[in-house]
Amino acid sequence: MTVTPTTKAGRHLGRATRRRAAEAVVRTLVYAAGLLSIVILAAIAIFLFVEARKAINEVGLGTMLTATSWFPTGTPKIFGFLPLIAGSLSVTAVALVVFVPIGIGSAIFISEFSAGWFKEAMKSVIEFMAAVPSVVYGFLGVAVLIPWVKATFNLTSGMTALTGGLVLGIMSLPTVISISEDALHAVPDALRQGSLALGNTRWQTVYKVVVPSASSGIFAGVMLGLGRAIGETMAVLMLTGNAAIIPTSVLESVRTMTGTIAAEMGEVVFGGLHYSVLFAVGLVLFGITFAINLAADLVLERQRKRWRR
Amino acid sequence: MSAVLEKAVMDVPFGSLEQVRSSASSVEAVSGSFALVDVSVAYGSEMVIEGVNMLVPSRAVTALIGPSGCGKSTLLRCLNRMNDEIGGVRVGGTITLDGLDIYQKGVDPVDLRTRVGQVFQRPNPFPMSIYDNVAFGPRTQGLRKREELDEIIESSLRDAALWEEVKNHLKKHAFELSGGQQQRLCIARALATKPEVLLMDEPASALDPISTQQIEDTIAELKNLVTIVIVTHNMQQAARISDQTAFMLRESMDQPAHLVEVGDTKRMFTNPEDKRTESYITGRFG
Repeated sequence: MTVTPTTKAGRHLGRATRRRAAEAVVRTLVYAAGLLSIVILAAIAIFLFVEARKAINEVGLGTMLTATSWFPTGTPKIFGFLPLIAGSLSVTAVALVVFVPIGIGSAIFISEFSAGWFKEAMKSVIEFMAAVPSVVYGFLGVAVLIPWVKATFNLTSGMTALTGGLVLGIMSLPTVISISEDALHAVPDALRQGSLALGNTRWQTVYKVVVPSASSGIFAGVMLGLGRAIGETMAVLMLTGNAAIIPTSVLESVRTMTGTIAAEMGEVVFGGLHYSVLFAVGLVLFGITFAINLAADLVLERQRKRWRR
Repeated sequence: MSAVLEKAVMDVPFGSLEQVRSSASSVEAVSGSFALVDVSVAYGSEMVIEGVNMLVPSRAVTALIGPSGCGKSTLLRCLNRMNDEIGGVRVGGTITLDGLDIYQKGVDPVDLRTRVGQVFQRPNPFPMSIYDNVAFGPRTQGLRKREELDEIIESSLRDAALWEEVKNHLKKHAFELSGGQQQRLCIARALATKPEVLLMDEPASALDPISTQQIEDTIAELKNLVTIVIVTHNMQQAARISDQTAFMLRESMDQPAHLVEVGDTKRMFTNPEDKRTESYITGRFG
């Protein structure tokens, strides 16, 4: 008839136990999801290394990283990565020159100088830019930029590092803009008010207070844009002419690491030396992007420490 | 001159329109005094403040009190035209600073704000060193000489009662200071542009009692230097630190807020003229 304290307590105990169990399950799942990304990253590195072992044994990592030409099918075969690394770096450098000023400028414009429906429309357009497949950007480059570069610089071919870099720069814009815009948006309004109240104009407020406060986020955006540019394959394959020669200017044809892998992987003997060398190229690319991200993280961490309240 | 004016205002607590008008044109000689004539504020089509007439005497502390949402902060932001930064705000009537209509054509709000500084509710130091925070305003005005900057920074920090605590740590990041120190840094930063008026929007509401005490002491010192207009929710604070008090009220959401009573603080807290003022300061509402 009456509920005794013991059974009541027992019921509570049962509920608490169930809740603890549910919590343990959720925690395990979340941990597993978190660990999975680390496992995948490690697996990629190991997999690349295993497949590249044959190349490292037979050609040697030192030779591959220092030889200055790339003749994978000639006699003798020469597997020097320098032309490919130089190709990737030159294209990425051009992209950087394009997306840093335009990207940060657009982010400042959207975050600080536009409002209402116009701001929302701008953000939607930027997001849409990110959704356009890279091959479409490649088409744009083929149809517009190649003839333009050829005519402007009076070249025999418009397929150059410049052409590829310009398109890569445009392709990286959405990443740079949206991350930088988020960073600017996150700057507390109190700082803007404080600056305005000191007799600063809107523009002085932006470049003296808002941008410095958002600098770590903007830097992260630039780094991600850089990662996007160096890893992009299809557009550069279509636009750079793919001559594996160390370039002396951005008006020469280049071949990037990613382009090399994509273009040659279909033609190699599965498990052969050339096949393995391409994995070694991938390993180097992985190393470079890993280093860029690590460097970016270290810079961000240092800034966070300095800016922490 | 200023003492005479103060007396004139305080003898007649609720300055009549004529009185304020005549004062508005005769205060040129006094530095940092406001006259508000029939001031109204509208957000879009909604009138939020109406018919405010008052004088803000030079080198004295004027407290704006009233329940939440009565437009104290809005009225405060009219005085340095910070409302201009919010879209859709219209200010009606006339506000003069030392006889100059601050809303007339040709007055640049950016210049006005170097004469009328503001300190906000929450400390908002910039993410840079203590030195650079205080040097921010002077540098914007084009001051580059190291010795002059050093001098301004020391005097501003002294005036804000922060110098002794930070004089050996000027290169330290401002975020390393406590909340109360940050707020005094913000006061120093505002003082560095040598304003005639300092607007304070509940400057101590986010601080602990000791920091609040320090801010109040600072204000007591500062009124020899600048005119202070302070918004506060704290009745005791208004009674402690202000010379003149203005009580604002918005009696219902259908009608705009208005000034119920303005006058000498002591008189107002001991012998309020209006029943509503009495109810508010004795804690019956708000």
